[in-house]
Amino acid sequence: MSLKQKLLDLFKRIEKAQDGGGSKAIQKQAAMGKLTARERITTLLDHNTFHEFDLFVEHKCADFDMDKKKLPADGVITGTGNILGHPVCIFAQDFTVAGGSLGLMHARKITKIMDHSIKMGIPLIGINDSGGARIQEGVNSLAGYGEIFYRNTLASGVIPQISVILGPCAGGAVYSPALTDFVFVVDKISKMFITGPEVIKTVLGEEISMEDLGGAKVHTEITGNAHFFAESELECFEQIKNLVSFIPWNNRKKADSINPKPPKSKYNVETIIPLDPKKPYDIRDIIKSICDDSDFFEIQKDWAANIVIGFARLNGETVGIVGNQPLVLAGVLDVDSSDKAARFIRYCDAFNIPLITLVDLPGYLPGIDQEHAGVIRHGAKILYAYSEATVPKITVILRKAYGGGYIAMCSRHLGADFVFAWPSAEIAVMGPEGAANIIFKAEIAAAANPDEMRKLKVLEYTEKFANPYIAAANGHVDSIINPSETREFLIHAIKISANKLELRVNRKHGIPPF
Amino acid sequence: MNNDNNIKSIVIDDSVYETGLTKKYNNRKTYHPVDNKKILAFIPGSIPKVFVKTGDKVKRGDKLLILEAMKMQNIVNAPIDGIIKIAPKENILVKKNELLIEIE
Repeated sequence: MSLKQKLLDLFKRIEKAQDGGGSKAIQKQAAMGKLTARERITTLLDHNTFHEFDLFVEHKCADFDMDKKKLPADGVITGTGNILGHPVCIFAQDFTVAGGSLGLMHARKITKIMDHSIKMGIPLIGINDSGGARIQEGVNSLAGYGEIFYRNTLASGVIPQISVILGPCAGGAVYSPALTDFVFVVDKISKMFITGPEVIKTVLGEEISMEDLGGAKVHTEITGNAHFFAESELECFEQIKNLVSFIPWNNRKKADSINPKPPKSKYNVETIIPLDPKKPYDIRDIIKSICDDSDFFEIQKDWAANIVIGFARLNGETVGIVGNQPLVLAGVLDVDSSDKAARFIRYCDAFNIPLITLVDLPGYLPGIDQEHAGVIRHGAKILYAYSEATVPKITVILRKAYGGGYIAMCSRHLGADFVFAWPSAEIAVMGPEGAANIIFKAEIAAAANPDEMRKLKVLEYTEKFANPYIAAANGHVDSIINPSETREFLIHAIKISANKLELRVNRKHGIPPF
Repeated sequence: MNNDNNIKSIVIDDSVYETGLTKKYNNRKTYHPVDNKKILAFIPGSIPKVFVKTGDKVKRGDKLLILEAMKMQNIVNAPIDGIIKIAPKENILVKKNELLIEIE
């Protein structure tokens, strides 16, 4: 055979392997409103940058007549490429090939590209669209899952890991996305659960649709398992590109900085915030009044909305923002919002992203359901995460900072590097009403008109203690600033912190209250 | 957004805050103390065997019935001493939290 003939033979082999499950299966995939695995990769990556690995890998299973079955690329496409110029490793399960089922070689292709991304120090993107384990391969497919989970864990905090759920991802398979940093879901396409509707019906007699059990809305609104919701695959890919632009390639690098832009003029700090600490406003308007181009990339926006987390830029540099949301549940900390914030704080700490904390909360949410759901253990996570973090930690107290909530929201006592307060800040052990009712209990009870006396005492307490000056007098707050200069103070703080070095006693790892 | 769009209020440390509420907050379960006299099905399933009938005297730890679910035969024991007031028939299906036995 001449080289030319060999080349023609190669092209023929490539074409055959790249055809995936064939035209019929591809039509079926399109009928479900889904792109094929290959289309997904080429749409997400920069034009012509995809370099494929392991196209010719084949399974080795001989049981149940599997030796007579050819599965092109073993049902998963893997390789490297660029997103907005950032190098990434990527895999996409191909549902048109045996339902994207995971056998040993399918898994080995994934673990190979995972190892590659860890060595190269670049993000890993996994597109999941699989019916689950390839049952014919038995325990070997379980081995495959285990090898993936193991690498997900080793890569955690070393390279960014992004999971995209574009089809079913059920049973054990769903634990790989759960171990990664960010999970993207698409309406009516993503399905994630441990046991499906069929099993639930047989065992428990309860009926539920796949969408209601583990659809995109469920995971972005109820469970918190997913971080980003999109209406379509294309919208989802735009979200992924946006995320990749905010984060560094690995834990040894800083995120790329871009040209700074001032916030848009329609966000004016002074008109956003009501002075009465019992009135709500949208903390995201404050964030947009501070950050570059008013561009705030919010994460998990529909789950535990009483805390707001996300990425933004200050003077062109990526920062992670955590802010209480007075618009929802008065911005309290509870089980879910503590989990949400704590994980984000640990993400930012792992990837050298400075943390900005905006504080306005009345404390932890009271309730039997919260106590029984373990708010002690969950609430402790946020304390742990802030204390553990060694990236620059900058706190701005906008209004209320009461009690345990004050401590938890990156107070000086948990190692904040800069603590700013607005003149509207109220840093106190609790709100004036509660405090007055305890401290002046006897006087209120003894008064001829207890309600009048209570009002008087609340006012007295408010005037004396509902301000930032007692905390400032004790050095718990560094400076009390003009709200409209917040952006400048933050940019200054980040510049000063550029070479921050905080050494800790060496240990294998801490034991966070998971 | 998964929130109650209307501005409501929430009380923390005697202060009333104007704020929106979440679905989860609105749907939170109210707490009911455990009543040892009423034995409820902790899982949906079937009752292949009942060891007691109305009027029987039982001691704490006595076998009351078998609740079969998820292919497991779960033995339900008496949590307290007493007399059986209500007992189920054998071979019936029960839902989660359905009353199985009442003890006086």
